[in-house]
Order: sequence, then C-alpha cells, then structure tokens
Amino acid sequence: MGDFLANLGRSGLNWLSLLGRASIFLFRVLRSQDAVVRRYRLTLAEIHSVGVRSLLIIVVSGLFVGMVLAYQGYITLVNFGAAEALGGAVALSLVRELGPVVTALLFAGRAGSALTAEIGLMKTTEQLSAMEMMAVDPYRRVFAPRFFAGFLSLPLLAAMFSAVGVIGGYLVGVGLLGVDSGSYFSQMQSVTDWREDVLSGVIKSIVFGFVVTWIAIFQGFDAEPTSEGISLATTQTVVMSALAVLGLDFALTGLMFT
Amino acid sequence: MKLRYLEISVGLFVLLGIAALFYLAIQVSNIGEYRDADTYEVIAYFDHIGGLKVRSPVTVSGVRIGRVSAIAYDAERFQARVALAIQSGQDYLPADTQASIFTAGLLGEQYVALEPGGDFEVLADGDEVLLTQSALVLENMIGRVLTDLSSD
Amino acid sequence: MNDARGDDTPHVVVEDLVFRRGRKVVFDGLSMTVPRGRVTTVMGPSGTGKTTLLRLIGGQLRPESGRIWVDGEEVARLSTRRLYALRKRMGMLFQTGALLTDMNVFENVAFPLREHTDLPEELIRNLVLMKLEAVGLRAARDLSPAELSGGMARRVALARAIALDPDMILYDEPFAGLDPITMGQIVTLIRRTNSTLGLTSVLVTHDVAEAMEISDHVVLIAEGRVMDAGTVDQVRAGASQWSEQFLDGRPDGPVPFHYPGDSYRDDLMRERESGHG
Repeated sequence: MGDFLANLGRSGLNWLSLLGRASIFLFRVLRSQDAVVRRYRLTLAEIHSVGVRSLLIIVVSGLFVGMVLAYQGYITLVNFGAAEALGGAVALSLVRELGPVVTALLFAGRAGSALTAEIGLMKTTEQLSAMEMMAVDPYRRVFAPRFFAGFLSLPLLAAMFSAVGVIGGYLVGVGLLGVDSGSYFSQMQSVTDWREDVLSGVIKSIVFGFVVTWIAIFQGFDAEPTSEGISLATTQTVVMSALAVLGLDFALTGLMFT
Repeated sequence: MKLRYLEISVGLFVLLGIAALFYLAIQVSNIGEYRDADTYEVIAYFDHIGGLKVRSPVTVSGVRIGRVSAIAYDAERFQARVALAIQSGQDYLPADTQASIFTAGLLGEQYVALEPGGDFEVLADGDEVLLTQSALVLENMIGRVLTDLSSD
Repeated sequence: MNDARGDDTPHVVVEDLVFRRGRKVVFDGLSMTVPRGRVTTVMGPSGTGKTTLLRLIGGQLRPESGRIWVDGEEVARLSTRRLYALRKRMGMLFQTGALLTDMNVFENVAFPLREHTDLPEELIRNLVLMKLEAVGLRAARDLSPAELSGGMARRVALARAIALDPDMILYDEPFAGLDPITMGQIVTLIRRTNSTLGLTSVLVTHDVAEAMEISDHVVLIAEGRVMDAGTVDQVRAGASQWSEQFLDGRPDGPVPFHYPGDSYRDDLMRERESGHG
C-alpha cells in the first residue's frame, strides 16, 4: 500500500515536471517567433515538409470520409423520408467535427511523428549542442520555424479536408444515390452557419495545430538521446496528440455549441 | 531553382487552404445571408413559441425571407417577444400580416410563417405583427383530444 | 579582442569547480589553467566527466559552485548575448562530428559563416573551400554527412569549427574509434591547426600515446579532482602512483581492478549462510 502511494506520488511529480518542462519550452519557442519572419526561408522549407507533404494523405482521406458520410447519412435519412437533407448532414459533420479532428489525428501521425524523430535525432547526434556551441540558438534556428509551420498548416489542411469531403459526399449522394443536386447544396447552406459552424471548426483546428505541434517538437527535444529514446518519443507524440485532440475536441465543442 | 520550387509549392499550399476556407464559407454555409446585412426588424408576440430558436427561418408562402433575430420573455405581457429580421428587399408585408409558428414535417425544425393580409399599410422597422398564432404543443393537443373523447 | 600571442595570461581558468549530476559528484573542487596558444590535454579514465568539463567551459552547463573564466570573462555569469559572442571565438569539435544531417559538406562548413556574417556568396565560397582544403576534403564538398566515414566527418567538423577563425578549439575525444591512418591524420591536423593559426587547443581524451605526442600541457583528472598537471615532461617525471598507472595503462594499482565492495570471501560466505537459512 505504501509502495503504491509512493509510486503514485512519484509518477504524479514526474507528470508535473514534464508539464513544467513542456511549458517552459513552449514559452521559449514563442519568444523566438520573430525568427519566423527574419528567417523566412527556413519557415518556407518547414511549411513545405510539414504542410505540403501532408497534402496528399489529407485530400485522399477527406474524399473518402465525405463519401462514407454520404452513404451512412443516406441510409439513416431515407428512413425519415429526408434524403434531401443529406447535404446538410455531410457538411455539418465535416465542418464541425471530422474535418478538424481527423485532420489533426492524421497530421500527428504524418507530420508530428516526423518532427519528433527529426529533432530527437538532431539531439542524439549532438547537432543541437553543436549549434549552441556555434552561437546559433536552436530555438530560433530549429524550433520556432517548425512550430509556426505546424500551427499554420493544420487549419489550412483541415479546411481542405472538409472542402474535399463535401465534394466526396456530392459524388456519392448525387452521383450514386440520386439525391437532387440543387437540394444537396441548398440544404447544406440552410443548416450550416458560417460563424457557428465553419468558424468554430477553424478555431478548433487552430487549437489542434498549436497543441499537436507543441507536443511533437517538445517530445523530440525532451527525448532520451538514444535510439530507444527516439522511438519512444515518436510513439508518445502520436498517443499524446491523439488524446489531447480528442479531449480538447470535447471541451471546445462544449464551449462553442451551447 | 530549389528555393523557387519551395516558394511556389508553399504558395500553392496556402492558396489551396484559403480557397478551401472560402469554399466552406460561401458554398457550404449561409454566409450569403450575412452579405445583404440590410434587414429590418418587426416584432411578434406569441403565447408559446415551442421549439423556435434564434436564426430559425422566416418564410412567406414557403419562401425564406428572413430569420428570427432575438427571442425574449416579456414579463409585462406574459408572452414571448420574438424579433424577426426580414430582408429589406421584402418590404411589401401588409400591416395585418399574420405570423404563425409551424413545424417543418412532423418532427422537423420550427419556423415562422408569415401570411400577408389585405391592408394597404406595410410593416416598417420596429412595427409589431398583431395577428399571431402560437406553436402547437403536441402534449396540449393530445390532452384536448382526450378530453373531447371523454366528454362524448 | 585581446589577441596578444605572446601573452602568458591563461586562456581558461577553472577554480574550485563543483558539479553534480543527480547524486553523482562529477567535479569536486577542480582547479586548472589552460595556457594561451598551446595544446592542453585533459586526460582521465572514462566516466570522469571530461566531456562535461568542455560543456562547462562552453557555457552549456552551469557549475554548482566555483568559477570558470574564459578570456577573462566568467562564463556562468554572462548574459546570453555575451555568451554567444564568446562562443563565436570558440570552436568545438564533437566526438561524432555533429554535422547537420540536412546539409552537404559545403553547407555545413558555410553554416557558421551564413549564420553570423553577411558576406557575399562568392566570399563565403572562397572561405569554405579554404577551410576544406586545410583539412584535405575540398573534393568532398558535395557529399552528404551520411556518406562520410567517421574520420572524414571529424575533419569536416574541424573545418567548420575553424570557419569563424576562433581563438580556441575544444576537442571532445578526437581520437576515439579511429583507424591508425585516420588517427595520424587527425593528430597532424590538430598540431598544424594549433601552430599555423596560433590558437589555444583543449583536448579531452584517454588515448595516452597520441595525447602525449601532441600536447604541450597535460592535466590528469580522476575522481573529480586534478591528479597531476604540467608540461608533458613534468608530468612524466614527477608522476604520482596514480598517474603512472594511468599513463602506462596498468590494469591494477591505486585504481583497483575490482569495483569497490566487500570482499569476495564475505560475499561467498553470505551466500552459503542464506542458502542454509
């Protein structure tokens, strides 16, 4: 029993110290954000590797998710004789929930884990240390541009995911299931509010972008400098990002749709 | 070269993202309604508004011409005060227009239907719609039917 | 920059340095000096914190107590800006080279120049080729770090370390894991860099033979303290028992072969008792 309590206390303290380190790290990264503009070439390169390279997986997933939504929505709606409402159902699910959430999860798996592994490897091979000794601040040179790139890319990717999803829903709903093309869009427009739904979806994806990138970069920075350390940190990035995204999604939904 | 390719691909990426956002805003959502923000407001009092909500549609002959902009309880009249924002293009509504709260389908969302009367005067900003018909509450209706049946 | 070559004020002064890592005491009142313009080698058994010492000198770690002066400035008290200014006058060669893996050899050597100067591209190219020529790898400039052998990576890292023409270079285990030929190349390079550029070199290593060959001064550390220090001849002549054991590489002596603990006999006896019990 005493052992159990001691373990509980120890892991609690470990968590607190992790959170503390992560927060200090975040503070220093944010303080170095002026480097994003001054070193815009670095930032461009990072947006390319984080955002542009995630484009394919996001667009393809968005298309399929939209198509599945149209199928499932149709099966339910047709029972109520409301198949015309399909456009609204697809758009609302995408814009409010699936767009931001699924994009953030895919982003954590595709770009987040890559960021962690890259930075963890730089730490293990003493590249970060070497930069410091060359009087180059890794926060400005390495972390700040990557953080900004992730933070910017995720909302854009989420918007593309939703837009492509709507088109996927159109292909299946109108093309395959014979819902009227006009009512697909008019229904969509009448139930989707741009402020209540579109904008709050964008806010969600901005929050997710912030948190997922933070976790990914910090895990790389905090990784044990061994190959096991890096693989553990990469796993941690994906697991913690997924938990954070789903938890935050619940909290944000509660805040915004009441 | 390398940098140019980078610049172009990132530029394209950002452009696509913004285009998607615009697509969502314009094609998918109802931003069009906000574009002609020119509306005028008329007030209607109802005994019971049922499931009416802010932003519920306001229609004439089934055509949407505005939306509910505010709902409040008026403690002096013991009634619900509903403000209807109507597009300023639709300024032909006679003063004796009747406002009713209907339900789209059996279980669908509720909306305000306006039925124009024959008056020559038209409703202007801030006017009150005098003739109103409250929402039908299913429980009340069932209760009434049951009393009718038992009184026979 | 007080760059007087004949100046005999020490380049680095370490005084009463105490540093702990967790509960383990790494340095316990260590004091030493590094003379200007010479090659000084810090030697000691593995795990005595030689690399830690370099990081303390470079200001990447802070001592628990005691002071370190580099060029008259107390490292731990410097603001970030001053510390970075000091580091520009200090090169460090990491054991693995620590080349930036997302750039080729040329860009790695150009990195400090691009970061800290606004020189035109042509001048940067000339400087980089000059530094690469000095380490004999001018022709390898388009290779990526992954294509280099350990010795080549270390030579590129040396070219990078001298890119900004520092006053001092810190070498972290420059001889570890090299074949004899590469070892010879590195030894020559260190010696040559020191004499042609006239800079202060600090090496940490446990390769006695090479270290004695190229050093002017030697500092032997163990158990967090300095065991012996002085010129190579002084140390050889007046070596303590411990230093003799270390320099000659004898397996037993003041440093026991066995990890300290209770006697073997007691251990065996205890085992038997618990077996009976």
